[in-house]
Amino acid sequence: MDLTLTTYLIVGATFALYIGIAIWAKAGSTNEFYVAGKGVNPIANGMATAADWMSAASFISMAGLIAFLGYDASVYLMGWTGGYVLLALLLAPYLRKFGKFTVPEFIGDRFYSKPARVIAVIALIVASVTYVIGQMKGIGVVFSRFLETSFEVGLFTGMAIVFFYAVIGGMKGITYTQIAQYCVMIFAYTVPAVFISLTITGNPLPQLGLGGTVASGGYVLETLDNILVDLGFSQYTMMKGTTLNMFFLTMSLMIGTAGLPHVIVRFFTVPRVRDARLSAGWALVFIAILYTTAPAVGAMSFYNLINTVQPGEVGAEEGNLAYENVPDWFSRWEETGLLEFEDKNNDGRIQYYNDNSEAFADTAAEYGWAGNELTVDRDIMVLANPEIAQLPNWVIALTVAGGLAAALSTAAGLLMAISSAVSHDLIKGVINPGISEKGELLAARIAMAAAILVAGYLGLNPPGFAAQVVALAFGLAASSLFPVLMLGIFSRRMNSAGAMAGMVSGLSFTLIYVFVYKGWFFVPGTNMLPDTPEYWLMGIGPQSIGAVGAIINAIVALLVSRATAPPPVHIQELVESIRVPRAS
Amino acid sequence: MASDTQQAATAYWKENVSLLITLLIIWFIVSFGLGIILAPVLNSIQIAGYPLGFWFAQQGSIYTFIILIFTYVFKMNALDRKYDVHEQ
Repeated sequence: MDLTLTTYLIVGATFALYIGIAIWAKAGSTNEFYVAGKGVNPIANGMATAADWMSAASFISMAGLIAFLGYDASVYLMGWTGGYVLLALLLAPYLRKFGKFTVPEFIGDRFYSKPARVIAVIALIVASVTYVIGQMKGIGVVFSRFLETSFEVGLFTGMAIVFFYAVIGGMKGITYTQIAQYCVMIFAYTVPAVFISLTITGNPLPQLGLGGTVASGGYVLETLDNILVDLGFSQYTMMKGTTLNMFFLTMSLMIGTAGLPHVIVRFFTVPRVRDARLSAGWALVFIAILYTTAPAVGAMSFYNLINTVQPGEVGAEEGNLAYENVPDWFSRWEETGLLEFEDKNNDGRIQYYNDNSEAFADTAAEYGWAGNELTVDRDIMVLANPEIAQLPNWVIALTVAGGLAAALSTAAGLLMAISSAVSHDLIKGVINPGISEKGELLAARIAMAAAILVAGYLGLNPPGFAAQVVALAFGLAASSLFPVLMLGIFSRRMNSAGAMAGMVSGLSFTLIYVFVYKGWFFVPGTNMLPDTPEYWLMGIGPQSIGAVGAIINAIVALLVSRATAPPPVHIQELVESIRVPRAS
Repeated sequence: MASDTQQAATAYWKENVSLLITLLIIWFIVSFGLGIILAPVLNSIQIAGYPLGFWFAQQGSIYTFIILIFTYVFKMNALDRKYDVHEQ
C-alpha cells in the first residue's frame, strides 16, 4: 500500500481512539477536571506521566542529539531521568497528601500569601508557555513532512484534537488519552530500534546491542570511535565539554524536571500517598524504556549513516560513496531538506568529515577533500530510521503517529497546567473567591480553550527567542519553584517572607545571568558578554545556571526566614500533617 | 498521650529523612560521580562492550534511579506500618 495512504490510516486511527476516549471520559466536576477525580491507578498514572513528560523533542530529536554529541549528550539522559528521584523522594508524596488541585495553590496556602501564589503562577505560565510552543511546532512539522499538508493545516488539526479531549475531559480526558498515546509512542520507538539493533549487532535488545559487535567483529562503540577519529572528529565516548559545566547542566535539568508544574500535578491524580510514591517509580520505568533505547538508536543510526557514505577505506578515492549510487531513502530525505549534499571537490562522491578541525585540515587536503559535503539534520536519526533499516511502510507510518502522540500528550499536559493556574489560582483564588463550582468548571473550560488558541497562535508565529527560552524553562523551574516547594515541606520554620525572597532572588539571578549572555529579554545584540565558554562565570553556561539559582534561592529563603517571625501555628500544623500519609 | 504521639511523629520523620539522605547519596555518586566526574578514568575499563564511564552515563545511572525509587517505596511502606501511619 502507498506510504501516504498507510500513514493517513494509522494516524487517523490513533486520532479516532483519542476522540473516543474523550467522549468516554467527560469531566463532571472541578475535582475531575483538575485532578481526574483523584482516582487514577498508580501504574496508569505512571504511563500518563511518561507521555506527559516525553515531548516531541524526546521522541524526534533526542537520538540525533546523542548521535552528534556522543558522550556529552549524557547530560540530557541523566538530567531528564534523575529528576524523578528528587520528585519521588522530596515532593510527590507530600504534595499529594496536601490534596488540593494546583502547585501555586500549595505555595499560596503553605506560605499564607496571595502574592507568593501569584509569583508561582507567573513562573508556571512562563515555563509552560515556552514549552508548548515547541510542541505546536512539532505537530505542524510532522504533518507537513509526512501527510503532505501545509504546516498550518497540521497545526490546526492538532489544535482541534487537543481542544476536543482537553476541554471536554480536563485532566480526566487528558490522563486516559495520554495512556493511549504512551502505548503508541513507545511501540513506534522500540520497533525500529529492535530492527536496527538486530541488523547491526544481531542482538534484538538495543540496550545490549549497543555493547555488541558489528559485522567486522569490533564493538559498536569502539568502531564508531575509530571511524570518527579517522574523519577528524573526537571520539564518540569521550567528554568534549568541561566537567564543571556538565555537572551543573545535569543538576539544572534534574532540579528543573522535579520543579515543572505540569509533571508535579500528575501526582495529585492518584488515590493515596503511597500511590504517589509508587507512581513516580512506574513513570521512570516507562520513561527509561525510551531513554535507554535512545542511545542505541543514536549510535547505531549514526554508524549506519557514516557507513553508507564512507563504505570503504578513509582517504582512498573509492572509499566514498558515489552520489549516483545513493540509496532511495537518501534521495527522499534530500527532498525534505533534512539531508543536503554539495559536491565541493567535484569528484561526484560524498565526503563527510570534520572540516572545523585544524589538526585534520592537512590530512583532508592530502585526500583531495575540499570541505564537508553532507549536512545532516539531527531529526533524521529517528524519522528516517525505519527506511534505512528497510522496514515496511506501516512501521514508518507508526513513527509518524508516535511523533504526533508525543507532541499532543505533552501539549495537553502543559495546557492543563496553564489553564488550571488561570481558572483555579487567579480567578477562584484571587479575583473571585465566591465563584460557584459550576462557574469555576466553566471558567476552567474557557481558560483551556483560550490557552489552546494562544498556543496555536504562538506556534504559527513563534517569537524569535522561542528556541532559547525552552532551555530557560528548566532554569526557571529549578531556580524558582523547586527550592520553595522542598523547603515548604522539609523546613517547618520556613515562612512567607523567606519563600518570597528566595523565589525572587533565585529567579532574578538566573534571568540576569541568562540575559547577560543571550541579550536582555533575548533582543539580539544587547548581550553584555559573548556567549562562549571563555566568558562564562567559571565556565558555567547560561543553560546550566539554574542549579546555581536554586542554591541561591534556598540560601536566601533560609536566611530571611530565620531573621523574621516564624509561620503561624496552623501553618506549622499543616506541615506536620503533610509529613504523614494517614489523614488525622 | 499527646507527647507520645508527638515523639512518634518526630521519630518517624527522622527515619524518613535518614532514608532520603542515604538514597540521595547513592543517586549523587552514581550519576555525578561515576557518570561525570570519574567517567574519563572509568572509560579505560570495558564491560560488555561499553567503556564503563560511558555506560554509567547513558545506561547505568538510569537503571540505578529506578532501583532507588522502588527501594524508597518499599522502605517507606514498611516505615508507615511500623509507626502506624499507613493509609487504608
